[in-house]
Amino acid sequence: MTTTDTHCPYCALQCGMGLRTVAPGGVPGAPAVEVVERPGFPVNRGALCGKGQNAAAVLAGAARLSAPLLRDPRTGTLEEASWERALDRVAAGLGDVAARHGREAVGVFGGGGLTNEKAYLLGKFARVVLRTPHIDYNGRFCMSSAAAANRAAFGVDRGLPFPLEDIATAGCVILAGGNPAETMPPALRYFTGMRENGGRLIVVDPRRTRTARHADLHLAPAPGTDLALASGLLHLVIADGLLDREFIADRTTGFEEARAAAMAHWPERVEELTGVPVPRLREAAHLFAEAETGMVLTARGSEQHSKGTDTVRAWINLCLATGKAGRPGSGFGCLTGQGNGQGGREHGQKSDQLPGYRSLTDPRARAHVAGVWGVDPDALPGPGVPGYELLERAGTAGGVRALLVMGSNPVVSAPHASHVTDRLRSLDLLVVSDVVLSETAALADVVLPSAQWAEETGTMTSLEGRVILRRAAVAPPEGVRSDLYVLKELAARLGVGRGFPDEPEEVFEELRRASAGGVADYAGISYARIGAEDGVFWPCPDAAHPGTPRLFLDRFGTPDGRARFAGVVHRPPAEETDARFPLYLTTGRVGSQYQSGAQTRRVPALNAAAPGPFVELHPWLADRLGVGEGQLVAVTSRRGRATAPARITDAIRPDTVFMPFHWPGPGRANTLTNPALDPESRMPEFKVCAVRVERAAEEAPS
Amino acid sequence: MTARRIAVAGAGMAGARFAQQLLARTSPGAVEPTLYGAEPDGPYNRTLLAEVLAGRYGGGDVIGLACGPDAVVRTGAEVTAVDPAARTIALADGSAAGYDVLVLATGAEPVLPAVPGLYGPDGGLLGGVHTFRTLADCRRLTEDAGQANGAVVVGGGVLGVGVARALAARGLPVTLVHRGPYLMNRQLDGGAAGMVAAGLTALGVAVRTATHVRALRGTDRVTAVELEGGPALATGLVVFTCGVRPRTRLARAAGLAVREGIVVDDGLATSAPGIHAIGDCAEHRGTVHGRSGPAWAQADALAARLSGADPDARCPGSRPLTRLTAGPLQLAAFGAPDDGAADSLDVLRVADATRGTYKKLVLRGDRLVGAVLVGDLTAVGGLIRVWRRDEPLTADPLDLIRTPS
Repeated sequence: MTTTDTHCPYCALQCGMGLRTVAPGGVPGAPAVEVVERPGFPVNRGALCGKGQNAAAVLAGAARLSAPLLRDPRTGTLEEASWERALDRVAAGLGDVAARHGREAVGVFGGGGLTNEKAYLLGKFARVVLRTPHIDYNGRFCMSSAAAANRAAFGVDRGLPFPLEDIATAGCVILAGGNPAETMPPALRYFTGMRENGGRLIVVDPRRTRTARHADLHLAPAPGTDLALASGLLHLVIADGLLDREFIADRTTGFEEARAAAMAHWPERVEELTGVPVPRLREAAHLFAEAETGMVLTARGSEQHSKGTDTVRAWINLCLATGKAGRPGSGFGCLTGQGNGQGGREHGQKSDQLPGYRSLTDPRARAHVAGVWGVDPDALPGPGVPGYELLERAGTAGGVRALLVMGSNPVVSAPHASHVTDRLRSLDLLVVSDVVLSETAALADVVLPSAQWAEETGTMTSLEGRVILRRAAVAPPEGVRSDLYVLKELAARLGVGRGFPDEPEEVFEELRRASAGGVADYAGISYARIGAEDGVFWPCPDAAHPGTPRLFLDRFGTPDGRARFAGVVHRPPAEETDARFPLYLTTGRVGSQYQSGAQTRRVPALNAAAPGPFVELHPWLADRLGVGEGQLVAVTSRRGRATAPARITDAIRPDTVFMPFHWPGPGRANTLTNPALDPESRMPEFKVCAVRVERAAEEAPS
Repeated sequence: MTARRIAVAGAGMAGARFAQQLLARTSPGAVEPTLYGAEPDGPYNRTLLAEVLAGRYGGGDVIGLACGPDAVVRTGAEVTAVDPAARTIALADGSAAGYDVLVLATGAEPVLPAVPGLYGPDGGLLGGVHTFRTLADCRRLTEDAGQANGAVVVGGGVLGVGVARALAARGLPVTLVHRGPYLMNRQLDGGAAGMVAAGLTALGVAVRTATHVRALRGTDRVTAVELEGGPALATGLVVFTCGVRPRTRLARAAGLAVREGIVVDDGLATSAPGIHAIGDCAEHRGTVHGRSGPAWAQADALAARLSGADPDARCPGSRPLTRLTAGPLQLAAFGAPDDGAADSLDVLRVADATRGTYKKLVLRGDRLVGAVLVGDLTAVGGLIRVWRRDEPLTADPLDLIRTPS
């Protein structure tokens, strides 16, 4: 029996784990490996959540695709086909759409779960083979507001500018819109460790989540008001003379704009906007400002808004004003969601970026990357449209007519999902590469069964900016190929016979060169180093460089080395409650499912723990609606209606209901969500929309 | 396209908010707002002045408000006349300016009672006598308070309570004189006001209610305050906080419809084409609010209209809220304070003299129509929510004040 050191297939923690081969002769169809502890890996030191413990189940044969599927034009059904036929069909279809409607009519939609190698090669495929500007990925739904704010304030976007373990050394942490106790349980130890060391935890969430129960102070603002809350805390810091004036003078610019904006968020106004009483605001401001060191960590709850970027800027303002950035034990960080949400946005999957976190509009960046790719810089397309707009325009005049989706399930995960589903249906050609027949794959003209996680080798970049290596531990099932193989074969069929290797390490070696000199510089990182050093933190410009666990200790990543304050002002959600839609809906995750559920809904142990969607509501609201625990309720927004059983708890505000977003069908939360976009990041407003809730007739099982 | 010239008469909170929101909602260069302010200071957050007086906010250095990057602010440039037909304004410095749209945001000015001895030989207020409306007032009072041995604050509304507490926090013995039967009698009931008075007393403020100032003594500077039905209070410092009235002279002279304030419709339009009014000078649906919350709601609605972002934006009626957080003194009050008036109201009251807390809910059927919290504000967020949203109450209403928000 051999054990392979690798990492979890799920979230951005990328916990270390081992996969041990199982003696042959077990249950037929059962995975050939089992998950074992890998206590030496620093992030999780052996600990795993339920998803991680049950990770091997996603390798099981039953739910896997085992052959390419082609939609039969006569019957409309998906039928198995050979790889040769499927790839020919995709290449012909992409070529045909490009010939008839132009190259811009072909698009690519990637995912934050893809390895760096896949993300890199997918971006190269779009720009060199398809030569289309239209590539984006589901990280647009996830990371983009924090990314935009980080780049503007610090000049660098890395989820955490410090290793996770630094959290335990902080004097105070404000965790805004995140619930790691459920979404990344192995990280909780750093928060409890901080409290054991005397630090204070402040949780900002409209729900009293499991994480909030660990907090010294829980602030429960109305959904969509975190910007006011953060600005109100800055106001109190200024009012009470708690500024770190030396830090502001030495290491920042723009304080005056932030100060003036904060004066528009005086405590009583913020109380009225957020519902958080002034005494609690004051307590939070003093806890944070008076601590020796402190961090603000945001997650999707603060970020997934039509003002997500400004909201993150407001939190960064608070860090800068109190000198809590660019110092050991202090800083702003974003708890990245997807497994490779970080690396996925660094290497060219984003509509406006090239590898190494370079800008597609920077002539020097274009020249460098074109040089690595062996093409004329002028042949590289310009920026395309961001994710939601790419999907929303699909099949319409000016939108793409053919789309290649890799590692994403927008039918469940996109906002206003029914509309996105209609758009995908209207395409001339939809190609989906995935591990299972996801809800999006089920709509496709061609489905390509791809290898995953333990079946192939590749690097991921965790929320810490730590580049780690997942190693293949088992062979893919019969009939399954890797995404790199797909890109290589499609490139060849579309006339680019070179530059698309399907060996991951060969791709990584090219990625190193392409990223060299960029913000996210991987040039000094190799598979060998990652294995020897438990991962390497970027930037790492050369082989002798130790990597950069802690950014900004000497200077920030802006041209002048100073962090930027921003003058940001609260604005209401894109959709406010009214007489017809009097309640807020907010969405999120539960512990035993993950994202669109494509993986976890196929794992029996996880389904047993979290079998289906639900609507969480306060007992006062339930009383008013005449709804009992477990009864079916209908939640209606301007975009649609969803039904799910009621879950009654006083851990939520009485004006707000919560739905997890892991399920398709009648309980699909994203049927309801509002695709209002942040003006800078183009992130949709998943975390607040106006709804009406009613008792629903128990619907007969169909 | 040339930029639309938006003249704003007044550079206070409403004017600043309007300009900021207007610029946030328009593309660069589309509008050119100019704020003409009477005060020597640019826009600042007036609601903070009592706390500035108490020693926070670096003595007032940091309370300035932003108007947006492309706004022009002209301080010390009061608009003295409007010609609505010619769309021009005259300024205090003798110059004139044209406009495409004029927004009157002239605010309010302190009301002074007709008290003998109020004015000195030069015709201005007697030395040591203050009003408290502007940052300049605040600076003058701060300076005077540094020389004084004590102070008398006249007018026990929200501002008077805040000023009295602030002067006490500066170490002065303070007497707060209030004409009404108890403090803040427009917002509170007697029980709540008693709790506030007890809190003030503990901070060094003597409270004298149901009396008023009969006269001031002193020739150049005030030396004492004579109260009705009581002995004179010797003092070198008097602050009048007896309320404000809308500044409407400009509008009246221009022939605009004015009642108590400048009359505006739901679109914040006055009776004259091209002229709007917002904030403390405006009378909307028969009410002059004189509070920052409604003023900003009006500014936001007008900015939405004039920017084109929402040409049909209307200003809703406001449900104003009284909030005071003055050091340890904290209170919130809204809706119907007086429970004796209507027998259709249910009143729930929890008073705790030892802890200095007072909580009252006023209900009509299953709806919350008013509330008072003194001392413990833990439940304020939930109460505001239920009241603003008019949520029906199904559970025990006391849950509302037991549940932290």
